[in-house]
Parts: sequence; structure tokens; C-alpha cells
Amino acid sequence: MRTLAPFGRRLARVAAVERIGEYSIVWAEDAQGPADPRPGQFYMLAAEARWGAGLDERPWLPRAFSFCRVEAGRMGFILEDVGPGTHRLAELAPGDGLWLTGPLGVGFAPPAAGAPLLVGGGIGVAPILCWSDELGPQARVLLGFRSAGHAEAASLFRGQITLATDDGSAGRRAYVTELLREELDADPAATVYACGPPPMLEAVRALCAERGVTAQLAMESGMACGFGACFGCVVPTRNGYVRLCVDGPVVDAGELETALVTGSGH
Amino acid sequence: MPLRGPVLNGSGTFDAIAARRTFGDELLERFPFDAFVSKTITLAPRQGNPPPRLWETPAGLINSIGLPNKGLEGFIESDLPKLAELPVPLVVSVMGFSHDELAQLVARVGERDEVAMIELNVSCPNVETGLVMGADPAETARAVERTRPLTEKPLIVKLTPNASEPQAVAAAAEAAGAEAVSLINTLKGMALHPRTRSPWLGGGSGGVSGPAVRAIALEQVYTVARAVEIAVIGMGGIQTGRHAADFIEAGAAAVAVGTESFRDPAAGTRIADELAVISASERGISEAPTSPAGTRART
Repeated sequence: MRTLAPFGRRLARVAAVERIGEYSIVWAEDAQGPADPRPGQFYMLAAEARWGAGLDERPWLPRAFSFCRVEAGRMGFILEDVGPGTHRLAELAPGDGLWLTGPLGVGFAPPAAGAPLLVGGGIGVAPILCWSDELGPQARVLLGFRSAGHAEAASLFRGQITLATDDGSAGRRAYVTELLREELDADPAATVYACGPPPMLEAVRALCAERGVTAQLAMESGMACGFGACFGCVVPTRNGYVRLCVDGPVVDAGELETALVTGSGH
Repeated sequence: MPLRGPVLNGSGTFDAIAARRTFGDELLERFPFDAFVSKTITLAPRQGNPPPRLWETPAGLINSIGLPNKGLEGFIESDLPKLAELPVPLVVSVMGFSHDELAQLVARVGERDEVAMIELNVSCPNVETGLVMGADPAETARAVERTRPLTEKPLIVKLTPNASEPQAVAAAAEAAGAEAVSLINTLKGMALHPRTRSPWLGGGSGGVSGPAVRAIALEQVYTVARAVEIAVIGMGGIQTGRHAADFIEAGAAAVAVGTESFRDPAAGTRIADELAVISASERGISEAPTSPAGTRART
């Protein structure tokens, strides 16, 4: 499930930057890009100005983000300010230039059988949001966050969701994988789609492997280019290393020995 | 070898096959380089180094990729037909862990009509034995002498900057029959994990590229170009046409774009266009074009 990208990077305009709890959503007007990226595909982002002039001259390389929603000609990227790249992107203002390359990689594939069961953790809700938009009410959605401040992103979802937080400040006090276990007890034939931090993805992978459940994981790794040039973003699979940017970021869980990958940025 | 223009890619910095999967046939219509240099191939297939493989450094990148490739026969069977569809001449980069291996690679690649030139990677710092040939003039001479009779195709020797005197290595390559030298490859570098304080990269150390190395590259190109008569292909942190013009002024016949393509897949086109404008304005309107950039046709 891949929509081709226009060749080269292009300058989009920031339409709005929305604060949602601990996260920000950068909404970009991408007039030159395709209107139909596939959920799970991603873009390489770099601010037009002051990208490479911060402390240590970072950020310098573009940063990879799944789009979270396409709405009214605008494309949303949800992010948390954790490093020089995300910091610069979070401080963008309407009218600012934003370099985009994408859509990149392969997105989620519809379930071959069984009901779709979506699992998002933290900032990993991004591809889960647009995938739930597309699947509609047939998809059950389980979301996990650190705290109520992060969990405000759950309000972006249009349908029913089940919420857990690490500290119990919103929804159940649990890891989202505990919710997943209960859902799989009730419906062992579901197809699971997950995106989140590596320990969460590994727990999802292990649980689905144990139950014989099909799962597609949207993974993350540090990337320099996003289009297969640098060979930097590899993850180990049963068939050797694969580049997440061209053979992922959505990977069949059955291909992985582990989803605990190293090197997702610094 | 006549090219439509002077901008190439550095080996291992652009995968035209993966890029075509991402961008479709628009890649062929707007191909950003005047010749395409393949990622280095080795005799046997290689998985490459364990991740993490990348570290962003001030104005650059440290990589520890470790030459993953399908091996000689895998390359010829599955990659070469796809690379032959590119609209520009193909340069195949090869690396052997012995002179025998290098000879096998050059002989086999050299017999293929799809291949215009062969680049001998004697300089990749990511694989322990890679440093040996390119760091020493006599070793480089032996490698070129061994492979030169095996093909009619031009041989380019990719020089490492991690040598005490790259110009001596270049002169040795020229004396042994190489048609061109290209430089620089990455400089050795390292980063520590922010928390554990052990080396971050899965391969331990890596190679630094990007604008961080441009001044070093320019000096080495300048020095090497004064030590040899053969063509010099200059690279190292080139981001703009002005940077490319600097390398050409320093003595390069052509330039290559590497890390900048990671920031913009079409960077090669932009740099070539900027260089053409600079070349035209420096020539003035009364002189006949002397730079290959002047003959460049762009869609």
C-alpha cells in the first residue's frame, strides 16, 4: 500500500500549529503532494528556516513523521518536542515554510480476515488516527499514553476508543498491551495494527505471536534520507536487515524476532 | 567518457532502484545525476553492520553501514538490469578484500555492456580491511596494475582521506593506469551513546560526511589535482552550485553529491543548475562554452 511521492523535496506552508496536551500538530498545506497518502506512510520534514543553525548545528537532516490526518487540504503531523528537530518543528508558526518529501514507505494493508484492532502508544497514535479514519467504526481502537496530558491526543479520534495511561490520570491505569490482551481474549481472530515505542511494539508482537494473531507494526528507526539511499534505518528480520524507509515502516510482525530495535534517533 | 554534465552521485549515497520504488518513473524523467555510481559491490553478499548505523553530527552525518550488497552475481542478476534502465551512464563501484577478489569483480563487471566505468573502492573506512589498499601508494598501485589489463573500461580509483598523503596514492594510481581518481571518501569518526557512553554506532566507528568535511575535501582535491594529469572527481559536503564551482576551480573535472541528496533527493539537479548559471556568468557571453555544464539540457 504505497502512494508514490513526487521526486524531490517541495516547500509546503504551515497552515496552523495546534497544541494538544503535551503534543503539537503541525498542519501543512501541501498543494504539490498527492492527496491520498496511505495510512502508515511517512514524510521527511525540515523547517525552511533555522534548520541547521541550532546548538551543535542541529537539526541538519530532515526528520521522519507519519502523517496523522489529511483534512481540508491540510496534512497533519503530530509530534512531541524531545530533541532539536522536534523542537524546531514545534515552534513553527503559520506561514512558515516546511520542506516535505513524501509520501514514503509502505502503509498498512487491509485485513485479509478478521476485524481490525488498532493499537496506538504515545506519539505513535499518528498513523493509527488516519487508519481509523479510513476503516471507520468496524475498527476498535486502543490507545495508551504516559499521562492525561499526553492522552489529550485521544480526543482526535472520531469513534469510540479505549484509553489507558501509565499513571491512571486518564482512562484505565494500565499498559495498552493489557487492553490488547483482553480484546484478543474476546476476539482471537482480529488483525492487529500497532504503532508506538519499541517496548510497546515488542509486547504487541510477542502477544500476537503467542496467540497466532496477524499483526502489522508501524516501526521507527533513525533515518537520514527516507527513500532507501543511506541504508541507515535497517531493522533485523527473519530475512536479514530491511530498510524501514522502503520496505517499511509497516512490517508484518511475523517477520520479526523482536520489535525492540535500536537507534531511533538521538 | 563524455557526460551530459559534471554532477555525479557519490557511491553509496543514492539507491536508484529504491528511489524508483518511491518516486516512480518521474525519477527517470528528472534523473538528478549525469552518471550514476552504484553502491559498492563485493564478491560475496554482505548484510552490513548492525544498527544503529547513523549519527547526526554538526553539519553532517556519521555512518556505519558496512557495505551491504547482494554480492557480484546477485548484483548482475537482479540490480544490473534495473540500473541499465537509467538515462545516464553507469559506474559500478567494486571492493575486494584481496587483489584476487578485486580482479574477479573487475573482470566480471568489465564484460557487461551496461557498465560504462568501474570505480575501485579502495577507501571505505567502515570495513576493517578496506583501509589497507587505499592508504598506501604501493598497495594501490598493485591493485590497479592487477585489474587494469582485465577490462577496456575506464577505471576510477576512489581515494580515502584517511591516508597520510592522498596525492601520493593518486599518483600511484595514475602511474598504474587508472583513468581517474575520485575523492574524498568519508573521514573516520565516532560518537558515544548519550547515556551508556559506549560507542553509539553498531560498527563502533564510522565515516563522517556532509558540509562538516567540505573544507578538508576541497584541500585534498586541490592537492591531488596538482599531483596527477588524469581526471579528478571531487566530492565532500557539496550543497550548492557555488560549492561545486569551488571544487572545479580547485581542479576537479566533475563533482559528486552525496549527503546532500539525503536532505533533498533532487539536490543533484539543483546543484547542476546553479553550477551552470555560475559557469555561464564566469565565461561571459562572448566566449564559447568550455564547461560541460554549458551543454546541459534539463527537462
